[in-house]
Amino acid sequence: MTAAAGARAAPSTGLPDDRWTRWDTALWLAPIVAFAVFSDRLELGRDVVIAALFALSLDIVLGYTGVVSLGHAAFFGLGAYTAGLLAHHGWGEPLTGLVCAAAVAAVAGYATSFLVVRGAALGQLMITLGVGLLLHEAANKAHALTGGVDGLGDIVMWRLAGVFRFDLEGRTAYLYSLVVTFAAFLLVRRVLSSPFGLSLRAIREGMARMPALGVPVGRRLVAAFTLAAALAGIAGGLQAQSARVVTLDVLSFERSATVLIMLVLGGAGRMYGAFIGAGLFMLARDYLARKDPVYWQLWIGGLLIVVVLLARGGILGLVETLRARRRTP
Amino acid sequence: MAAFISVLFDGIAYGSLLFVISVGMSVTLGLMRFVNLAHGAFAMFGGYVAYELVNRAGLSLFVALPVLLVGFAAVGAVLERVLYRWVSRTRPLDQVLLTIGVAFIATAIATWIWGPDQHSIALPAALKRQLHVFGLDLNVYRLFLIAMIVAITAVLHVLIERTRFGAQLRAAVDHPEAAAGLGIPVDRVFGLSFALGSGLAAVGGALGVEVLGLDPSFTFKYMVYFLLVVVVGGQGSIVGSAIAAISLGVFDVVGKYYVPGAGAFLIYALMVILLLVFPHGLIRRGR
Repeated sequence: MTAAAGARAAPSTGLPDDRWTRWDTALWLAPIVAFAVFSDRLELGRDVVIAALFALSLDIVLGYTGVVSLGHAAFFGLGAYTAGLLAHHGWGEPLTGLVCAAAVAAVAGYATSFLVVRGAALGQLMITLGVGLLLHEAANKAHALTGGVDGLGDIVMWRLAGVFRFDLEGRTAYLYSLVVTFAAFLLVRRVLSSPFGLSLRAIREGMARMPALGVPVGRRLVAAFTLAAALAGIAGGLQAQSARVVTLDVLSFERSATVLIMLVLGGAGRMYGAFIGAGLFMLARDYLARKDPVYWQLWIGGLLIVVVLLARGGILGLVETLRARRRTP
Repeated sequence: MAAFISVLFDGIAYGSLLFVISVGMSVTLGLMRFVNLAHGAFAMFGGYVAYELVNRAGLSLFVALPVLLVGFAAVGAVLERVLYRWVSRTRPLDQVLLTIGVAFIATAIATWIWGPDQHSIALPAALKRQLHVFGLDLNVYRLFLIAMIVAITAVLHVLIERTRFGAQLRAAVDHPEAAAGLGIPVDRVFGLSFALGSGLAAVGGALGVEVLGLDPSFTFKYMVYFLLVVVVGGQGSIVGSAIAAISLGVFDVVGKYYVPGAGAFLIYALMVILLLVFPHGLIRRGR
């Protein structure tokens, strides 16, 4: 990587700051306003929120640690199948289901991370791709357990916290997903602003130098990867519980690629990039893919090329560049 | 026993195809560390153009192949110049994203022009026959595929080991900075090998329609296989890629024949294991 490309691509390198500002309030008010205004499109809203959480989990690995993963859907899918199978077999309690989803995904992430730590960039890419495809194919073949291509249905959810029924309009599912995502966001922001988070960013900037500073690179990568996997598992669990069906595509390569695209579109390594990218991507897909899925592929392909060639930092990167230009005319 | 040999034969033919398609990527990946997920798109369009030339224009496949080689080499050279050069020295992430973008566009264009259905190519009569040797039924088409890999490997070997271009290429693979310092035009060497690789991929795609099928999902469906040949074979190694491609082909075909329930599971498991055991590929060029 050349120095120029690195400077253009790297997110802001200032000290992390997790104080709550007006911007945070404004951004988090948006989904609540959307809940009131677009009450007939809550299913889409829920999907946006879940996609944002999934993209946020990838951001820990990709944006903050600099590991390119092409198989992040593996953990999303594990979470979805864990939560789905629990409810399918009679345990419909949402929160414990979510905890189990996170746990299973975290264990898988922990195991995978040792394979990932070994390789260089290309090796990491291939290993994550391989693990993702392996799980997809395993779920496809384990028809008795997962329902294979037919999907896993008969998911009956109990009342959330014993009070809120999962209604047909999806109000409970939307708010449930939103609250869980908000909690995850606070956790991720706290973790990434800690010295641990700083060391992850340092690894991204110069992996070779970190051992000299006494940072156990391997252990940090394992921890980051496990945390990311757990959060992806929670996103998958939310998806299974609120859609009440798990299909094979939760593990697909396409999902891994899509979440990568969302994150990069919004701006990797920038916390809100995951949210902005997921929102724009899902809304654009809802609008454009309904017209013609072929054109949608053309759009997304062209968009990716434009982002890579012109806006490496995604939308938030562009905003940062513009603000920096205003400050130094 | 005869059944096993015939399956083995199919596997070798399949592996030969994988090799022809992926060998160009092996060179570009080894040379520039350039991760190209859209490499299969060249093979896919090679297949479609061959379909147009053979089924519509009535050319023989034997005539279509050289046309494809030259035509797609030119397309590859242009694409490298206008698009790929911008990301060839950046982070793997940028290359992955850009080439996924290209793969999406390729899929969309293929669906747009040729529709979502499978296409097949009329083989020349000479390739449709069966040979009976020592009580075995050998398909001439598959023999032809294997002959192609032997010929291409030989030509590439001479090109890389015996010519001036080959010497430049080897120097650039081993140490791009030092090679550039010695006045080797690394960018041009890269561009030429990219073009050659694109042409070979198109030829492989045209040859492979019978075995691999041809529909718009081709690029993503076989992406893993092409990447695997390169990564397992060792980047920039022709012989390594050939060994990797043939073992992969044999393993996949034999696995699907004898353990049909496992499907593609075996190949992905093999992939993860090989990546762990040989993180630098089977044959590692001196570094």
